[in-house]
Amino acid sequence: MSELSPSSPAHDAELSAYARLVRRRIVLIGALCLLMTAAMLFDIATGPSNLPLSDVLTGILHPGALDAPSRVIIWDVRLPYALMATLVGAALALAGAEMQTILNNPLASPFTLGVSSAASFGAALALVMGLSLPLLPVGWNLPVFAFILAFGSVLLLQMLASLRGTGVETLVLFGIALVFTFNALVALVQFVATQEALQQLVFWSMGSLARATWDKLGVLALVLLATTPFSLAASWRMTALRLGEDRARSFGISVRRLRFLALLRVSLLAATSVAFVGTIGFIGLVAPHIARLLVGEDHRFFLPASMLTGAAIMSLASVASKTLVPGALLPVGIVTALIGVPFFVVLVFSRRERL
Amino acid sequence: MAPPALRIEGLSAGYGRRRVISDLSLPAIEGGGVTALIGPNAAGKTTLLRSLAGLVPARGSIRLDEVELTRLSVAGHSARVAYMPQALPQRVALTVLEATLSALMSSPDGASDVAEAQSRALRALERLGISDLAMRGLDELSGGQRQLASLAQSIVREPTVLLLDEPTSALDIHHQLRVMQFVRELAEERGIIVVIVLHDIAQAARYATRVVVMKQGAVAADGPPDAAITPAMLADVYKVAARVERCSHGFLQIMVDRALDEAGVQARSVAPPST
Repeated sequence: MSELSPSSPAHDAELSAYARLVRRRIVLIGALCLLMTAAMLFDIATGPSNLPLSDVLTGILHPGALDAPSRVIIWDVRLPYALMATLVGAALALAGAEMQTILNNPLASPFTLGVSSAASFGAALALVMGLSLPLLPVGWNLPVFAFILAFGSVLLLQMLASLRGTGVETLVLFGIALVFTFNALVALVQFVATQEALQQLVFWSMGSLARATWDKLGVLALVLLATTPFSLAASWRMTALRLGEDRARSFGISVRRLRFLALLRVSLLAATSVAFVGTIGFIGLVAPHIARLLVGEDHRFFLPASMLTGAAIMSLASVASKTLVPGALLPVGIVTALIGVPFFVVLVFSRRERL
Repeated sequence: MAPPALRIEGLSAGYGRRRVISDLSLPAIEGGGVTALIGPNAAGKTTLLRSLAGLVPARGSIRLDEVELTRLSVAGHSARVAYMPQALPQRVALTVLEATLSALMSSPDGASDVAEAQSRALRALERLGISDLAMRGLDELSGGQRQLASLAQSIVREPTVLLLDEPTSALDIHHQLRVMQFVRELAEERGIIVVIVLHDIAQAARYATRVVVMKQGAVAADGPPDAAITPAMLADVYKVAARVERCSHGFLQIMVDRALDEAGVQARSVAPPST
């Protein structure tokens, strides 16, 4: 076990092998970017009125070159829906990737700790009980209530966990308790709801992109822009956390702080997404798994790859929601799993042994 | 330059309300040697090691030269002390090199740029003789290889104090000897303090320069291996009748004859005298 000089041939060979691995991952992330863009354009081009892809591109690049109805379809319907699909997919996937790392659990998703149940309860209060906040524009009441409850549930979770210590098990146990509590409260509200309100609530909980508007897109984009740099800045620490909590602490990482800040980001991303489009499961669970199979768990690559994968799956799910039943727009929350599962299974079976 | 010294005075530590070690003091542990913590299950070895690593809330004093470690932040602590846990992570999609790199890049006192970290990480792997595993995934490794990869994550940060919790538990006999020899050489060459929890008394006898025997959260014996490991200690702490002899190669050999009842009285009357 003698010490070799830094310039030994073995050293150089391993360095160039690592450089190749890094290049391969960058290429894969580039390919995911292309896939996401293609899926988004395909999503914009898909709909009841037949708009060829060339018209879509023209409409986006030179809006004045198209006739008014096509312009309205592209700018007021297709583009917001498609962008919302992309942003929600990226937000939920980033939230899921961070959640799986901080909880050290491959089955974790943004909704594991009750964020979605709390949002549903908020939506139920707004829809069924007719609660509203003053000065809120029409159309914002429900998302704001959903957001307040979702974000509040995470703060409550943090508070409960800090009373008892911040171990992963404590967080998950309190999270599960919150899921059951909010589900029971939603059931209670449903029990007293009118037929019409109940129908609206059920539809809301299925998740739909049809609620997208440019203002909501702006808010979600801002949340993503505000959280992603912090996620990426924490990427080495998150990678180290994969080696175990004791290990990470011995590297000098304040795991409690890392976990708290990550959970805040997750709750912001998940609560905003759920508030605007309802519950969309599966993306936050499976997109990180696909990204992990593709680029491993160095979070510098894993987090962006998760976001791009989530965005691509969500866009493809949006296309499927428009085409599976001709003439009908299915709630996208129903089809995300239908699109994601085959993709996931193919990847698992074709997984190469090396990373 | 004088070797570093670790002083433990009046240390109490535990989990929640359960106190595992209380009011424990040790003469200074000096750099350049390997101190083995041995003792039966639940003696408090790992708790003592984890409290030295700053992972268990502890009261009392742990001083590294003039620095009081218990008052340092997590980052300040990690700049001086490296800890290798016994449990190894499962299902982690990282290569050996990436895991070693993350030890440097995530640490506040670690490398400032990736290129420097890559060189340091590769040197650590080469030092352990596992540079051929650099690009292998942690999940593809055998238990022994993973333990070596874990040791690389600890030594790469070039700590003053290296704490190892049963680093040879998953290794075959060849790798056990390699790791222990490596740890001993590292302590001697760099003059660092190595504290290592071991279950194997023979390994402690052979590779440690000092052995601290723990029993029920207190120190039962402390000193060079031939002074700390005696038939009387083995009967009292481990409840076994055993002989301790020095072989023709000069190594201490522990020959266990049988387990004793809780009182251990019979052992003292029938155990052969120590050499």
